[in-house]
Amino acid sequence: MIFGKGSDMPIWDKEHECTSREVLDQLQLERLQATLNRAYKNVAFYRKCFDAIGFYPEEDLSDLSDIQKLPFTTRKDMSDSYPYEMFAVPLKEVVRVHSSSGTMEKPTVVGYTRLDLQNWSDLVARILSAGGVTQDDVVQITFHYGLLTGGLGIHYGAERIGASVLPTSVGRTDRQIKIMQDYRTTILVSTPSYALIMVDRMEQSGIDVKRLNLKYGICAGEPWSEEIRKEIEQRLYIKVTDNYGLSEVMGPGIAGECLEQQGMHINEDHFLAEIIDPKTGKVLPPGEVGELVLTTLTKEAFPVIRFRSGDLCYLKDETCSCGRTFKRMSRILGRSDDVVIIKGINIIPERIGDILAEIEGIRPVYQLVATRKDHHDELEIWVEISEGLFFDKMREQRAMVDVMRKKIAIFFGITPRIKLVEPGSIFRKDGKATLFVDRR
Amino acid sequence: MLFLKSIHTYYGSIHALKGVSLHVREGEIVTLIGANGAGKTTLLKTICGLLKPRKGSIHFLGEKITELPAETIVKKGISLVPEGRMVFSSLSVHTNLEMGAFCRRKARSQIQKEINSLQQQFPILSERIEQLAGTLSGGEQQILAICRALMSKPRLLILDEPSMGLAPILSREIFGIIVGLRNKGRTILLVEQNARAALQIADRGYVLETGKIILEGNTKSLLNHKEIQRAYLGKGYREVWED
Repeated sequence: MIFGKGSDMPIWDKEHECTSREVLDQLQLERLQATLNRAYKNVAFYRKCFDAIGFYPEEDLSDLSDIQKLPFTTRKDMSDSYPYEMFAVPLKEVVRVHSSSGTMEKPTVVGYTRLDLQNWSDLVARILSAGGVTQDDVVQITFHYGLLTGGLGIHYGAERIGASVLPTSVGRTDRQIKIMQDYRTTILVSTPSYALIMVDRMEQSGIDVKRLNLKYGICAGEPWSEEIRKEIEQRLYIKVTDNYGLSEVMGPGIAGECLEQQGMHINEDHFLAEIIDPKTGKVLPPGEVGELVLTTLTKEAFPVIRFRSGDLCYLKDETCSCGRTFKRMSRILGRSDDVVIIKGINIIPERIGDILAEIEGIRPVYQLVATRKDHHDELEIWVEISEGLFFDKMREQRAMVDVMRKKIAIFFGITPRIKLVEPGSIFRKDGKATLFVDRR
Repeated sequence: MLFLKSIHTYYGSIHALKGVSLHVREGEIVTLIGANGAGKTTLLKTICGLLKPRKGSIHFLGEKITELPAETIVKKGISLVPEGRMVFSSLSVHTNLEMGAFCRRKARSQIQKEINSLQQQFPILSERIEQLAGTLSGGEQQILAICRALMSKPRLLILDEPSMGLAPILSREIFGIIVGLRNKGRTILLVEQNARAALQIADRGYVLETGKIILEGNTKSLLNHKEIQRAYLGKGYREVWED
């Protein structure tokens, strides 16, 4: 089939997405000032941060570049504010609460006012439109519905466009495939790895992929590569776009590719994006790879100022042939911290150690191993046996492994395989065990 | 067409505007809402050059107008309909209209032509054209004040509380006139105590609080905004004007 080019597809919000730089710069400044005024007034955390460096929004922010005077906000700051300390409105104005996957001891809890939800739907609608979705489409959403932002975020955007939405959520691949065939799904929303899992399964079951009604794929949730994109496109006979979301900042809707597939347009009228050197914190010019830092410009319930995403990418500020004037960000090239992403879930390896330590009071020597079998990602945790931890009673040992698996599953939402290994068998560098090995 | 960047204005020793940024695009109605003393009128006076900002810049049609005197700003195409109308009450309606064109060096006949065309648009002016402006009713004075401002051929018309002191039915007429002006391509910046009516006719709005902008957005979202409903629209308050 013939796919549309970026310039052929309708633009959801032309007035904003194609606005001139002059107006956009002005709008960003106005909204940043309003955001800082509100955050300073309503959020003790930001007030303290600003006061500590003698920054008064009304005096010290007269130009967009003045944002560089402000300190960064980290996941740790958000975790420390658990659950509601960083909300900028009273709870009665909040109509939805989500939380991020638990890379920290405590997850980040984020809230949305009615206006936030409206904006969110519109921003996701922009991204879905850019990826080929129209009101005539049947959209199958295989993201997790629940506290994470992915499922409901995309859902509301697709409804906003007027597409027919199938909220199939995660898992049960055979049922997903049956629905895809029978309900004549035209748009698949999934993680890149799940798209491949589905196509594997279809080929195994002898289903003719060409007879599906699929046209476009919208992929997100984990870092992926151009090769994986090619593979999905060739095997599912669809065109696939990438998009970027972050629960701490809003969820999906921050940036998304148009059909030109040349980087993700950042919704700059709602988010201010900077790229910094993760070591020095210095802002880098377009084209240079660094850590993405985001500031919300319209969010009411949970404004975020200079949030360090931990994701590495670079910005492109040349114009795109689709007509949108928003800057683009490259695909995510990696992490600036040691977060590991498995099945779309962010895990900091140290946190696993914290949990293991809780169980017996001793922090064992351990290692996370990510493996991939037939596009399925698995997490293995290798734990060294030590005298204090694992004595020679088989039954108690097994019970212990069960407790570990359950605790980790509850905390992270992913069930690992726990493997007990001989003391000294985990690779050590300078006397420290390597916490993570990627075998994918 | 109008861009304000981080404007600070003082009223004597009072810091009335604290870093206000705002813009108005061609063909838009933009409204500014806020409580008494928030700085709305100060902001309008600063745009018109009646007050000088201590910091920040104002650009109009690509040109910096921050340092220009008020009369030059009128010539550049910004015209203010002041709060309380301020018609010259001891002069006739006709003379009031002529005064509106003071900065344009046009032949009398040209000015008269324009007055005639305004009379056609607003028949009430024809009826009262030789009367002293002070003898007009509040609504008529407001129409006169708007027409006087139009006589300078503004690209941007700024209105300060046009419905103040008017009966609901007259307010309604004034808002109708404002929409009519925009439909003819005029760009409008509107300050209104009747926030609901203003939000209903405007495209975008700004909320000003103690000299700072705390919210910007399209008017539909502002109308549904809890905080604004509570602070400026009054709960369970029946609309005074609605189309």
